[in-house]
Amino acid sequence: MHLLAQRVQDTFPVAFVSATEWRGDVSVTVTRDKVHEVARFLHDDPGMDFDYIVHVSSVDWPDDEERFEVVWEFYSIRKRQRIRLKTRAPESDCVVDSLTDLWKGADFMEREVYDMMGIRFRNHPDLRRILMPDDYTEGYPLRKDFPLRGKGWRDTFDFLDEVPR
Amino acid sequence: MGLIQLGRPDKDGAPDVITTTVEKAVNWARKGSLWPMTFGLACCAIEMIAAVSSRYDMDRYGAGVFRASPRQSDLMIVAGTVCRRMAPVIRKIYDQMPEPKYVIAMGSCATSGNIYDSYSVVQGVDRFVPVDIYVPGCPPTPEALFDGILKLQERIMQKRVFVKQPDQVKQSLKA
Repeated sequence: MHLLAQRVQDTFPVAFVSATEWRGDVSVTVTRDKVHEVARFLHDDPGMDFDYIVHVSSVDWPDDEERFEVVWEFYSIRKRQRIRLKTRAPESDCVVDSLTDLWKGADFMEREVYDMMGIRFRNHPDLRRILMPDDYTEGYPLRKDFPLRGKGWRDTFDFLDEVPR
Repeated sequence: MGLIQLGRPDKDGAPDVITTTVEKAVNWARKGSLWPMTFGLACCAIEMIAAVSSRYDMDRYGAGVFRASPRQSDLMIVAGTVCRRMAPVIRKIYDQMPEPKYVIAMGSCATSGNIYDSYSVVQGVDRFVPVDIYVPGCPPTPEALFDGILKLQERIMQKRVFVKQPDQVKQSLKA
């Protein structure tokens, strides 16, 4: 196991679920309830020192019991190392701790995950849609059960009613 | 149009009178000073920029004065993928343009949505603004855009400018 993943496992033996390494990419999966603690460790520990958040994304595994997966990617500018942190959330309770208090840059990216996948982030300062309009009602477009062509929004041009003729 | 040669000796026989119709003159002026609006949405905008720049020089057709304001322009080149969220903006800008106004749908995306048969992409800009010329390509080359502009100029020359016949005149013409 990679040294970084090993340290995460040693520090959080209960929360640690699994770790993979593929062509130099280190991924660590932890349980949902401890994700904020693990993130704080990655951010504050001098050996980790992940001061830069690269990306927040999410995956929909429709056949799995815990359907949604949230993925954070961190980078350490000083140590030049990377790590990927994953956690799972079921559809019935898809709420994950926000990491905006540790990395300010997570704000918009978590909003995008919420907008596209419908995963809510606990303690997020401003959890609104970011790409779709605020009054969008068709759901969360990146979910696997969302129809590819949407539910009619792209073909309705309600603003044409107000156009002067 | 025609040239009349009066043949006065002090003019070396050079023609000095042009006959035309007011309509043709107006259309000629309109087609020769199409001021497009900068409306690049995606990669087509790069080709549009190339078309205006020195290598291709769209100004040769009188359509090189790109304006950043719809109120100063009479041609909207919709260059790129139109997302549904952008649609009301495009319509508002189109409504702000003074008459006469023309729209070129540049590229497959503005024409039909291209391959983006998705929840967020409008399947052709003609669903909410009237389009005069469709330019195919992904993206179209500057030459293709020029072809569209030349076609638009041909259409402008065919437009009737001063025809505004009230209904009673039409009725009397029929009788």
